[in-house]
Amino acid sequence: MPEPSKTVTVEKTPVIEPGHTFGTVTEKISAIVLTRPASNGWFVGFGMAFMLTMMMLYAIGYLFVKGIGIWGVTIPTGWGFAIVNFVWWIGIGHAGTLISAILLLLRQSWRNSINRFAEAMTLFAVAAAGIFPAIHVGRPWLAYWLFPYPNTMRVWPQFRSPLMWDVFAVSTYATISALFWFIGLIPDFATLRDRTEKRWVKIIYGMLSFGWRGSARHWHRYETAYLLLAGLATPLVLSVHTVVSFDFAIGIVPGWHTTIFPPYFVAGAIYSGFAMVLMLAIPIRKIYGLEDFITERHLQNSAKVMLATGLIVAYGYGVEAFMGWYSGDRYDAFTLWNRLHGPYALEYYALLSCNILIPQVLWIRRLRKSPAALFLISFVILIGMWLERFIIVVVSLHRDFLTSSWGMYYPTRWDWMTYIGTIGMFLAAMFLFLRLLPAISIFEMRTLLPEAEVKE
Amino acid sequence: MSQIFQRSTNTLSRATIFGAVFFVAALTWVGYAIQGSPYVTYAGVRKPQPVPFSHQHHVAGLGIDCRYCHTSVETSSFAGIPPTKTCMNCHSQIWTNAQLLEPVRASYKTGESLQWTRVNQLPDFVYFNHSIHVTKGVGCNTCHGPVDRMPLMYQQESLQMEWCLGCHRAPENNLRPRDQVFNMRYQPPSGANPVVFEGQTYTDQIALGAALVKKYNVRSVKDITNCSTCHR
Repeated sequence: MPEPSKTVTVEKTPVIEPGHTFGTVTEKISAIVLTRPASNGWFVGFGMAFMLTMMMLYAIGYLFVKGIGIWGVTIPTGWGFAIVNFVWWIGIGHAGTLISAILLLLRQSWRNSINRFAEAMTLFAVAAAGIFPAIHVGRPWLAYWLFPYPNTMRVWPQFRSPLMWDVFAVSTYATISALFWFIGLIPDFATLRDRTEKRWVKIIYGMLSFGWRGSARHWHRYETAYLLLAGLATPLVLSVHTVVSFDFAIGIVPGWHTTIFPPYFVAGAIYSGFAMVLMLAIPIRKIYGLEDFITERHLQNSAKVMLATGLIVAYGYGVEAFMGWYSGDRYDAFTLWNRLHGPYALEYYALLSCNILIPQVLWIRRLRKSPAALFLISFVILIGMWLERFIIVVVSLHRDFLTSSWGMYYPTRWDWMTYIGTIGMFLAAMFLFLRLLPAISIFEMRTLLPEAEVKE
Repeated sequence: MSQIFQRSTNTLSRATIFGAVFFVAALTWVGYAIQGSPYVTYAGVRKPQPVPFSHQHHVAGLGIDCRYCHTSVETSSFAGIPPTKTCMNCHSQIWTNAQLLEPVRASYKTGESLQWTRVNQLPDFVYFNHSIHVTKGVGCNTCHGPVDRMPLMYQQESLQMEWCLGCHRAPENNLRPRDQVFNMRYQPPSGANPVVFEGQTYTDQIALGAALVKKYNVRSVKDITNCSTCHR
């Protein structure tokens, strides 16, 4: 029998530095939004992100005028950057939901300081992801055909297609994430409403806070709604990327048609998601002086999650390679050979180093504590996870069953502009989020303080 | 601290939130209604023609068969618009001085075709073939409506995909014996009006339709509702 947790004293970095009170927590977080003037750095960062967003809109506008031909996709590689980026972005979003829903249900209180911006990250990542399937359909003005709606064609989408399941998985995911995020923000909106001096700001936050007065009944309903949504969001962490992996696994293309895909995609999603969380958290805590709230403990925990999910991903690669040999299927065997020796071998080795080799340094405690090292490793992982999707999509397709239809895939400048543009859009949204909403959940942070402990 | 909102804001916000559901539903309905209306489909719209040709007069009044003018309907994808010569077969003899027919005579003299306005127009991305429909027992008026009662030609149906599929998903509802295809007064079988086909008497369209589907080798519903059957 383990000792009751009360008597166990483990020296751990706290999730919130000592010395804070309800007042200082509220003051520190809300000041970013209400009183602190936007720095030059913010304007430069936002400006650059905004320009990248404009570049993306230009690339998409040109795509609408000219058509899919401006992209690198051809036969046999009919799925190029659009699908690679879609899967990459959707994957990144997963960390937010994991942190906000699963860690909430598991009562991991350290999540309280990172859940808000991780959820925001989820929303913006899903928004970035959602662009790609819509512009990839060839006639984007008919993209609404993806949804079943009453129409004069009397046709419904093909419900047996995993692409259709994807539409439902991703739209459900976006809806639940947005609701979860918003519900969690309501008490904080009320805090901002009460603290601001300006009347129009009061009105805006007042409307957003839905008349929150912090009564016991409000809190009761809030807790119920939040738990219910967490319960709804929890299966989504697993289901969304499972369905995304079905886009490939249901197809008969060697390199896609494998049952390891769902778990390995989910692990990969959380892997890249936590990498993005760290890449955002490390600069944010530094610039806004939030080291008291996002402590070494958070960095360490995130690093451990990355290490664990990274090993699952490595296992996935191992199983893929093993099955290439064990299945005895010559096409599967060729896929493996082609990854190692084909024209995209360089990308495959880069993928193995970025996703498996380099992240193993996270076993070292000193690096898990170092923000700079974690920032770099996260960057490497994000590149690795992008390469993984590139390998899955492009390398599997470019060598068809028929030798005569083999080809190469070369992304064009429009592919790159759209991809980099979505990163800009994501960052621009993050910049706005930091200035307009409390980036850390104020009231949930307050529950972590010693003051909040109820004496019976 | 002063209140920033009035008491009425509560009602207003509730009404807005619940109203949004109805608003979206109504918007969908309006969109669907407009899409199916003659404003979009042109069903029932009489378009201006160079000569006000009356199908009612020529078909019901004079009893001319469809194929007298639309000669290729049984053998080709296109039913055929008659050349001016077909008009002049009769109109060189009767109504030779009618002012109404001046464009026809002018066309005959100059050899320049009459520029009729197309009434039943399918989009270019639809492959449609008249001969297969005629051969499988789809009556003219099943799609074109009571042409023998149309003083000026108009499109009877919406010609939208839901309408095509309505028949392709259940062809037995609309088929008739081949010799009745051009009969504008054909009535589907009923108790009072039995239809005899191959020695069998039918009083029910579904039974007759099923027999015709079998006899005429109409492909399975799966085949004829395949996307590439019409979108080739």
